[in-house]
Amino acid sequence: MLFKTETLTKAYVTGETEIHALRGITTEIPSGELVVMLGPSGSGKSTFLNIIGGLDQPTSGKVFFKGNDLANFNNRELTYYRREHVGFVFQAYNLVPSLTALENVSLVTEISPDPMDPLKALAIVGLKERANHFPSQMSGGEQQRVAIARALAKRPEVLLCDEPTGALDSETGIVVLNALLKVNEEFGTTTIIITHNAAIAELAHRVIHFADGLIHQVQINNKRKAPEQIDW
Amino acid sequence: MISSLNQKLLRDLWGIKGQVAAITLVMAAGIAIFIIMFGVLDSLKLTRDTYYERYQFADVFASLKRAPEAVKSRIDEIPGVSISQSRVVFGVTLQMESLSEPATGKIISLPDSSPTLLNKLYLREGRMLFPNEENAILADESFVKAHNLSLGDDLTVVMNGYRRTLKIIGVVLSPEYVYSIAPGALMPDSKRFGVFWMSRRSLEAAVNMKGAFNDISIKTERNASIEGVLTKIDSILKPYGGLISFARKDQLSNFFVANELKQLQGMGALAPVIFLSVAAFLINVVMSRQIATQREQIGMLKAVGYTNKEVSLHYLKMVLAITFFGSVIGLALGAWMGSGMTKMYTEFFHFPILKYSFSLEVMILAVFSCTLAAVIGTLFAIKNAAKLPPAEAMRPESPAAFKKSLLERIGLHQYLSFTSRIIIRQVDRRPIRTLMSSIGMAFALSILIFSFFMEDSMDYLMDVQYTMTQREDVNIGFVESKSAIALEEIKTISGVLMVEPIRDVPVYFKHNHFKKRGSITGLVNKPTLRRVIDDQLKSVSMPSEGIALNTTLANILQLKVGDVVEVEVLEEKRQTLKIPVSVITQEFIGLGAFMDIVKLNYILDSSPRITGASLLVDQNHSAQLYKELKAIPAIISLNITSVLRQIFEDIMAENLLKMMATNVMFASFISFGIIYNTARITLSERSRELASLRVLGLTRGEVAYILFGELGLITLLSLPIGIFLGYGMSVGMTESMDSELFRIPVYLKNSTYGYAVLIVLLSAMVSFYLVWRQVDNIDLVSAQKGVE
Repeated sequence: MLFKTETLTKAYVTGETEIHALRGITTEIPSGELVVMLGPSGSGKSTFLNIIGGLDQPTSGKVFFKGNDLANFNNRELTYYRREHVGFVFQAYNLVPSLTALENVSLVTEISPDPMDPLKALAIVGLKERANHFPSQMSGGEQQRVAIARALAKRPEVLLCDEPTGALDSETGIVVLNALLKVNEEFGTTTIIITHNAAIAELAHRVIHFADGLIHQVQINNKRKAPEQIDW
Repeated sequence: MISSLNQKLLRDLWGIKGQVAAITLVMAAGIAIFIIMFGVLDSLKLTRDTYYERYQFADVFASLKRAPEAVKSRIDEIPGVSISQSRVVFGVTLQMESLSEPATGKIISLPDSSPTLLNKLYLREGRMLFPNEENAILADESFVKAHNLSLGDDLTVVMNGYRRTLKIIGVVLSPEYVYSIAPGALMPDSKRFGVFWMSRRSLEAAVNMKGAFNDISIKTERNASIEGVLTKIDSILKPYGGLISFARKDQLSNFFVANELKQLQGMGALAPVIFLSVAAFLINVVMSRQIATQREQIGMLKAVGYTNKEVSLHYLKMVLAITFFGSVIGLALGAWMGSGMTKMYTEFFHFPILKYSFSLEVMILAVFSCTLAAVIGTLFAIKNAAKLPPAEAMRPESPAAFKKSLLERIGLHQYLSFTSRIIIRQVDRRPIRTLMSSIGMAFALSILIFSFFMEDSMDYLMDVQYTMTQREDVNIGFVESKSAIALEEIKTISGVLMVEPIRDVPVYFKHNHFKKRGSITGLVNKPTLRRVIDDQLKSVSMPSEGIALNTTLANILQLKVGDVVEVEVLEEKRQTLKIPVSVITQEFIGLGAFMDIVKLNYILDSSPRITGASLLVDQNHSAQLYKELKAIPAIISLNITSVLRQIFEDIMAENLLKMMATNVMFASFISFGIIYNTARITLSERSRELASLRVLGLTRGEVAYILFGELGLITLLSLPIGIFLGYGMSVGMTESMDSELFRIPVYLKNSTYGYAVLIVLLSAMVSFYLVWRQVDNIDLVSAQKGVE
């Protein structure tokens, strides 16, 4: 198992109200799978993703990455965990506007222990020709593919994607999803995708349904579809 | 290969190049001023010290009426005395054809049979004297220059009542007369006062001093107690009419040099501190906002595995890069301008050598303090950026919580357009940020006021001095005190409209352990020419009992009205008197102690005597009058008030005001830098919002109104703060510059405030214009893209 959580909870205090984002999640995610997490807003998927990605700490419970409990990691250990094992793809791309596509990828490869050539990472997402363009010169889909190249260039063990197609139209979305599938298949990188779009679940090995801070249902998908076959 | 993060750094810097340029300018100005002030001061001090040491400037000086040469050996025996040099020093009047008024001078003997041991001369031109050479003199360079004299020229002097012609065979400089100041004068005047050197034997013969001396200079041993030496000298010389001996620090020329340096230092210490603080403030504002706009990028960097340290370092590098640019420009500018200034001051002080010291320490200190100020200024913002949890940082900041502004809550909103409401709410929502921007601009205004104030204060000082206190046209001084009947003779000279007597008595003031050498000036009961004024600028009558002291002297002696000052008279019967202080008067120049002349004569137990007079003169007859005065051998000094004022102004213009002009230049740079920066930041914070408003159909004018309305409010708010700060800085400056020569009043003309405000407003308008051109270029489509 790549990830294993035991009664994971997370509570935020905003002003005078306490929000229970996670209410005791126990689940497992095996290595090499493409996992899609579905659920309405506020159901806890992003919080869960942030915790297994080492961006946030749980309030209680355990979260194991290859047998190590991330809940016991200090800030610095979490930073190195992210640096060495996790690739992130965000809905808002989060590219550095003052850097070219290639430099945005290099930003990560320069601090990774075993990175691939940034240009190769761009080639994987089909953007080798756009290597020297700035984010402002690229479309949304292209920017998101740069973000994917940035995430995979460090050869992470897990790719965490929060609404990667949320800001994209269907055509561009398909290109992006294909890029993620390619990474999952060619490199065996465990890929976890959060989405609102239930149709995307048809690509996954495993679908986790979130509701009210709990896992409602876990589906194993035996009939996976290609991105072109799904109905947006 | 440059790392991507450093690449980002360079591009980000380029992206805010306008602001970087502004901060660089401010920093460069701060560093340059720092280097100039400290460099010039260091160089001048080093030059002075080297000059004094190489030319054996004496440590102790004493003058007396007349003592046989044998007395010198008794002085040599005083423990702590290492070398002594006896001399004959004699006052003369000079018959200069180029001057209608008389000039005076001093002839100092040089030993014939042995080398000069102390106060050696630097030969600028010509040759030194041969032993026993007759009718030949060496002349001080400043006098030679002031009169366009050259080697071989003859000089006619009246010496001991006899007219003599002396040939100038050498032009020299002396460490003893860096400034040649006539006895009793406050300012050097090389046109009307000259110093000359002559063979001792020739001088002795001319003034009846054979085998005797009337002046002695002493070099003490390194660890000697100067006080002890002075006391012993006084007791030895007292029977020979010795005046109180004094140490180098009280020597007139050295005292003047020290005062000038002190004033430079007063100005030099404060200005760089202010400029560097402003730079630190500015870099703080820019960096905090830069970090705020890069919030999401910081979150991403941390999410992908950059450590807090790496993120902090990235922003720190940005600060260091800006500091680096500022330092390089500042150092270059400082070294270049500093060398020019040092040269100027070396000429001003007539130092024969120039020791130029731009010590590495000063440069390192300048860069270090600048960097430190910048880093401290940004540390907080950087630390906050690094602390931000990545997940939170990447979420766009929640919309700012707006509420109705105070104006609206009290019901004034109905009079406001919706664009005005946007402005008011913006300011109202972030009062701290608005205040910080205002304070930044207030700094701009205050350093301008601070740079201008010196000129105002000097004008005021001179107005008070020369229109309220020294109202006479001419004052004259006699070789020695004369019977009051002499006044009647002066009255008869054609062109003299009015005469008032003056009696100056050299004394030593004492109070507790404070003491000061000075003189008591006796004036008529209600003087109209040489007046004394109080702090309300009202004329003060001479007290019927006691003495009037000016603020400077009262402060030195720690005296107030009602206290008793002990006075040791340094002439005739040499009484020690106790006199109550009855009035404290206001005078900006010099030390002053005044008494009713009748009372003064009475307590000195002497017949009515005068040492000089103040004259009101018919300007139509002044030429004839000066000619007649010139012919009176008893007159040793003659000061024309208008000339004194001119000299004072010239010295000020040459010295302090030049330094001030440098400050004004840098202050203007800084003001513009700050204001442009504020405008630029406001634009970057609003550009998206303004583009949205443009998309919604607002005209360019309406959008401009929103942007500049806010800036206008910030500017308006900054004005009172800036005036307040500027006044405060000026007060601080005068306090650090106070000297015994003069006290600088804090006086600022309304027009100066107006002028400073005008520069700020002009800078604001130019900045607004530059920013406006960028508003014009906001790409409406792309500005919307980023909005979720």
